[in-house]
Amino acid sequence: MRSWLQVYPAFLRTALLSSIQYRASGAIWMIGSILEPLIYLTVWSTVARSQGGEVGGYTAQEFAAYYAILLLVNHLTFTWIMHEFQYRIQYGSLSFALLRPVHPIHADIAENIAFKAVQLVVILPGLILLCVAFRPHFEPVGWSLALFVPVLFFGFLLRFLIEWTLALGAFWTTRVTAMNQIYFSLLMFLSGRVAPISLLPLWVSDIAQNLPFYYAIGFPVELALGRLSPEAAMRGVLIQLVWLAVSGVGISLIWRRATKRFTAVGS
Amino acid sequence: MPRAITLENLAKSYVVPVREAGVRAGVVSLFKRKTRKVEAVKEVSLSLEAGEIVGFLGPNGAGKTTTLKMLSGLLHPSAGSVTVLGHEPWRRENEFLRQITLVMGQRNQLIWDIPVLDSFDRNRVIYRLSRAEYRERVDDLTDLLELGHLLNKPVRNLSLGERMKCEVAAALLHHPRILFLDEPTLGLDVSMQRRLRSFIARYNKNTGASVLLTSHYMADVEALCPRVVVIHHGEILFDGKLAELIKRFSAQKTLVLEVDEDSGDLSRFGEVVSSEGGRVTLRVPKRDTAEVTARILRELTVHDLNVADPPIEEIIDQVFSGRMS
Repeated sequence: MRSWLQVYPAFLRTALLSSIQYRASGAIWMIGSILEPLIYLTVWSTVARSQGGEVGGYTAQEFAAYYAILLLVNHLTFTWIMHEFQYRIQYGSLSFALLRPVHPIHADIAENIAFKAVQLVVILPGLILLCVAFRPHFEPVGWSLALFVPVLFFGFLLRFLIEWTLALGAFWTTRVTAMNQIYFSLLMFLSGRVAPISLLPLWVSDIAQNLPFYYAIGFPVELALGRLSPEAAMRGVLIQLVWLAVSGVGISLIWRRATKRFTAVGS
Repeated sequence: MPRAITLENLAKSYVVPVREAGVRAGVVSLFKRKTRKVEAVKEVSLSLEAGEIVGFLGPNGAGKTTTLKMLSGLLHPSAGSVTVLGHEPWRRENEFLRQITLVMGQRNQLIWDIPVLDSFDRNRVIYRLSRAEYRERVDDLTDLLELGHLLNKPVRNLSLGERMKCEVAAALLHHPRILFLDEPTLGLDVSMQRRLRSFIARYNKNTGASVLLTSHYMADVEALCPRVVVIHHGEILFDGKLAELIKRFSAQKTLVLEVDEDSGDLSRFGEVVSSEGGRVTLRVPKRDTAEVTARILRELTVHDLNVADPPIEEIIDQVFSGRMS
């Protein structure tokens, strides 16, 4: 077995132990993540009803299904790494991570997975409440649901690799917040979080379908809802894989340059 | 003995932005950045044998930590070469990282929210120790550093001293062959400092590991380091035995006298450092010591007399302030 794979059980264990420490902050964090899709859902179902029951191919109940799945997909794919890197460099914890004979990304992946597992305890009741209140409607398709599992995992990896790479910007500038803001705006708009991308102007949705954001969030959601043809699904998986490969190469190139540049001043 | 560490003409410079104070200068700097090159380390050459303990001394900003970071692989040298156990540290090969450790006082690598033992266990996996090896080492370290009651506490609940002991233990679980210790006793009380010192000495004796240690506490250096390297403004001022440093840089001796209280003004013999009752401390140039001592014995009623080198702190201070170099 590859040596870095062997560390995962231990990393998951310590991350899990850390995650369960802060129950209150975890719960508050989760309320925030449930509120976001709830707001968009309310807006879009109101719009759908005022437009005679449907907008952009979605009824109010289908919007409910879209945002219910989106809540789950966004929870399982989000990272907070971009907010953290700056502090790691400033306060020196990165130095210790660099001196361990394991690439620091593995501890981050493990921590992310452990945190999500713990937070599912809060997310699932939230999801159930949302379903009771908004009565989502969708017709599950067997193959779509089966494909959803690897697609969701690829979506997680894609978002993780992209955000980890962008977080490395902290090696060049200690103020990465501005860059993060641009990224999060693009992500909100082009991933399908604000609205399904089919609701965007055609040229915007064309762009979105070639950028990675949609393949991390909107694509898995639409697949789970059974709204994609087998061809569209396969094309989506291929694009996911291409972006994964690009991010993988990008991360290793940038990581090498970033650590060489790392001056560790004051840390 | 094989060389554990070799530095040849090692240098590190940083480019740092320069800006004058004030709003105007701030606005100007938006459009026109001025930078300055800071040479943190200039052409440092030095080597350590396996098993050696060396004290690395210098005032703040002398280049000690920068050098330690280049040695451990955190920094890429700007020029020169560095070899540690046959590796170039900045490549940070796993084989290299498994054989070294870096302890920085006041900074922690233990995980804040979970019990110490869980952090230790994580290191077991990272450094691929067998369970038997791990258990034996935890037991040893627990004995030597008296960690027993701390192991099941979350790190955030430990005092500074307790945390430092656990940090050191975590840093040594994998039995590194090279220890880089940057101010390991910073902020610890005297007895904790002493305990940590004797532990480091014992670790060195038992494992034959090489230790490069920086400290502002001369007691650390006197207790642990037969050899010291003094660095100032990024350059090595002295490399040799501690006794040699004292001999070379101490141009004065300290005379402690017990005389009658009414002995009058003693400044005719030398600089009066302190005078309390009949106990007087004088500082005299080293070359005059014999003559001054003879005069004192001739002219005063002396109950006790002691001639000593000034405290090591004072000598180091003189070296740094450039008075004696």
